[in-house]
Amino acid sequence: MLQEAWTSWLWPLLLMVLQSALVLVLLLVFIAFYLLADRKIWAAVQLRRGPNVVGPFGLFQSFADLLKFVLKEPVIPSGANKGVFLLAPLVTAVLALAAWAVIPFQEGWVIADINVGVLYIFAISSLGVYGIIMGGWSSNSKYPFLGALRSAAQMVSYEVSLGFVIISVLLIVGSLNLSDIVRAQDTPYGALGWYWLPLFPMFVIFFISALAETNRPPFDLPEAESELVAGFAVEYSSTPYLLFMLGEYVAIMGMCSLTAILFMGGWLSPIPFAPFTWVPGVIWFLLKVSLVFFMIAMVKAFVPRYRYDQLMRLGWKVFLPISLAMVVITAAVLHFTGWGA
Amino acid sequence: MNGQFFADLAPALPEMLLAGGALLMVLVGAIGGDRSSGLINVLAAILLLAAGAALVTASPETKVLFNGAFTWDAYARFLKVLVIGGALIALIMSFDYLRHEKLQRFEYAILVVLSTTGMLIMISASDLIALYLGFELQSLALYVIAAIHRDNLRSTEAGLKYFVLGALSSGMLLYGCSLIYGYAGTISFAGIAQSVQAGNAPTGLIFGLVFLFAGLAFKVSAVPFHMWTPDVYEGAPTPVTAFFAAAPKVAAMSVFVRVAIDAFPNILDQWRQIIVFISIASMMLGAFAAIGQSNIKRLLAYSSIGNVGYILVGLSAGTSNGVQSVLIYLTVYVIMTLGCFAVVLCMRTKDGRLVENVDDLAGLARTQPLMGFVMAMMMFSLAGIPPLAGFFAKFYVFLAAIEAQLYWLAVIGVVTSVVGAFYYLRIVKIIYFDEATIEFQRMPFELKAIIALTGAFVLFYFIFPAPMVAVAGAAANSLF
Amino acid sequence: MTLASAFFYLFAGIAVASAFMVIAAKNPVHSVLYLILAFFNAAGLFLLLGAEFLAMILVVVYVGAVAVLFLFVVMMLDVDFAELREGFLQYLPIGGLVGIIVLVELVLVVGSWAVAPSAPQAIAERTPTDITNAEALGRVLYTDYLLFFQLSGLILLVAMIGAIVLTLRHKEGVKRQNIAAQVARTKAAGLSLHDVKPGQGL
Repeated sequence: MLQEAWTSWLWPLLLMVLQSALVLVLLLVFIAFYLLADRKIWAAVQLRRGPNVVGPFGLFQSFADLLKFVLKEPVIPSGANKGVFLLAPLVTAVLALAAWAVIPFQEGWVIADINVGVLYIFAISSLGVYGIIMGGWSSNSKYPFLGALRSAAQMVSYEVSLGFVIISVLLIVGSLNLSDIVRAQDTPYGALGWYWLPLFPMFVIFFISALAETNRPPFDLPEAESELVAGFAVEYSSTPYLLFMLGEYVAIMGMCSLTAILFMGGWLSPIPFAPFTWVPGVIWFLLKVSLVFFMIAMVKAFVPRYRYDQLMRLGWKVFLPISLAMVVITAAVLHFTGWGA
Repeated sequence: MNGQFFADLAPALPEMLLAGGALLMVLVGAIGGDRSSGLINVLAAILLLAAGAALVTASPETKVLFNGAFTWDAYARFLKVLVIGGALIALIMSFDYLRHEKLQRFEYAILVVLSTTGMLIMISASDLIALYLGFELQSLALYVIAAIHRDNLRSTEAGLKYFVLGALSSGMLLYGCSLIYGYAGTISFAGIAQSVQAGNAPTGLIFGLVFLFAGLAFKVSAVPFHMWTPDVYEGAPTPVTAFFAAAPKVAAMSVFVRVAIDAFPNILDQWRQIIVFISIASMMLGAFAAIGQSNIKRLLAYSSIGNVGYILVGLSAGTSNGVQSVLIYLTVYVIMTLGCFAVVLCMRTKDGRLVENVDDLAGLARTQPLMGFVMAMMMFSLAGIPPLAGFFAKFYVFLAAIEAQLYWLAVIGVVTSVVGAFYYLRIVKIIYFDEATIEFQRMPFELKAIIALTGAFVLFYFIFPAPMVAVAGAAANSLF
Repeated sequence: MTLASAFFYLFAGIAVASAFMVIAAKNPVHSVLYLILAFFNAAGLFLLLGAEFLAMILVVVYVGAVAVLFLFVVMMLDVDFAELREGFLQYLPIGGLVGIIVLVELVLVVGSWAVAPSAPQAIAERTPTDITNAEALGRVLYTDYLLFFQLSGLILLVAMIGAIVLTLRHKEGVKRQNIAAQVARTKAAGLSLHDVKPGQGL
């Protein structure tokens, strides 16, 4: 009886919990260093040194920040809707982390290899807006509320084109499973066989929409400090703020990995012969994610913030028609050439 | 997907023409803006004409498409021609009005075309989902064109009222559909007819039938679901009201008939009770409530409620002859209504104001002899005075009821027609015997043509009644 | 008890409880948040049924888009619920009547529950293993149900046109950005040099 229960569901459950814990810990450690890299790159573009005090080259800066945030006193405004106020950062962080359940790091290295992986990630990332809306509303204060409204409109707008980009990839692959998407890019041409080349316009749109979806500059209107102080996060401090911050970076990393998987061949080696194929896939995956993250960090340093109407115009009047047309073109090409099965 | 695939879709050509044309017009309008409204109006008229031509030339052989959701038969052809004709004339009637009221918005014609597409789908619908989707496509466009005069309080009120009550009726319709599906286990009309046998119809299914009929009664504006009609008719811009009175009513009535005859032939006794009740209620209300009306659009609204009652008399017979009489009545009704509204649209005073009171018609016979004469003929015809077309329409309907041994229903019908004749004849009296107070502008050409044509039909129908009776008979037979 | 049934009771329980809270919550924003929770659990139930595609679409469409806009509106509105509830008792009889009718019907439906002979078989083969959810849906959606699919598209188009017709207004005197004009601006058009005489000004 007990043994049956052990083999039928207790052990798989335990295994899944362990896997999740492992991914979680590694992810958080990596995020600590990516956060540092973000600040370092930004500083380098502006000819500054960036964080360089804690540890060699400032390597432990993020950990110092973590300690600081955790040990400070959380302040909750008396007019705030307390339950929702505390729930909001949790929602943001948990949802961002949940997306990682379906990301394949290497052939077979995935917690849940589900059939609708892409949709799952799309669904989870579309929920990210709730943390921000809830936080903005429950703070019971004007700037956070304005930030929340902006973010709701922004994220819903860019999700549409994001969805169409994903659809055009799915059309070629014929599957919604993320591992299948990577495997479909495994051609003798290496990096030239990945989808960034045939779907180049979509690749660009995806990258920019991903910035908007994660509220990264130049689309960081929900927290535009020059207009809204800190947007939805004005009233947050200490651990709740940390969770917001963490959720944001986890979501950014998620978008980076999704870009790597959809357009850059996931764990595949860019040069499809030995000795490059000896390198473990997870290393390639990490390199690709880092490359995308580097681009995102550089955009933050280079590009000034968009005005709200420009943001809406870009989303609805530029990206939506282009991505719609590309879906039609992709489908037509596939139908008439028979390519991609 | 090959040639055969498209050849099989041929019976749905009118719908595809209208839908595809509407998309094209949206594109033209999106690029050209409201400046292109004239072009789009003409395009829409051509499109409706083309769809009508496709219908008339198609063979009336029965075909079932789209996995049983869409039926093409002589019945569908007859009603589709009627709907497209009504929509086309209503659209043409609106050109002058829109110009005068500065309502030249390109979306108007597009919405009329899309709504007509919905009506065609309704007429051909042979399962519950197609029925509902056709209904929604039709009504959603109608809600918007009722409120198209968005700076006018009455027009927006009409749109809102229509929308809220229409949504409620759609809810009832869906609720009924879900109950019917639950008990019959299928959504196709043929399947429902098979699973529902006489005598052992489950109570839940009857409940579903009641809700379905309530939803349908809403759409045809039969009592007790008529409350929206007078307000919407009065508030909506007049050509829109003409469109409401002509096309959607035909489509909704055709669905009513098809559902009753195709899906529930075995429980005729059960649904006949409902139809007889709403028919009597509609005839009575149409006859009595119209008496006190001073606004001509409101009066026509009550008149349309009454007419729906007479049409339902034909349906309650449940026979091929009954359906035939429904078809004839619908045709005559559409033509009479369009004629009446064309006259109402001509009631434009010298200073460009459109008046719509019954008293404003005073002395019309002297100031505008053609208009006055046709309006008087329409009123005589609506009252059912022989030998005008309206008399024959009523005659066939009551005949069908008597054949089905619904004697007292026919008697009530005759009595209410006599009561109704009172207010119709009052208008004739105002036109011919009252002193003129207002002078109207010259009639625009297209309205004059419509008034003349509808008047001629009503007046001379009795000379050649046979062709239409024969076509309607063939159409009715294709249902059984 | 298997893992699946444990999850079923979890999802179903939370769905029912949050659905109740939607109508019981005093604050309308809380109501919407509970509604979202209910959607979420419904998606979970779909997952347990093996309808993973539907589950994800439910989350994407209802939770990710519809409910966001809903929440957006409810947050902006300042609904006074005390005032809304004033007329509550007045409408109690008719509301109660409708409630009783619906209850009677539910009893009727449950009372005449009959299982179709083909049902057990259909349950057994509910998830075809050889094709995925999305593929199975696509195969019927674009063949058997083509008409419904296209009609739904038309209905949505009408809704969109209608919303624009009734609400879009081009106000006079609003400054709009014309990017083409901005880009096409040349030095000659935008810049003029004036030789200002000392002591006179322009």
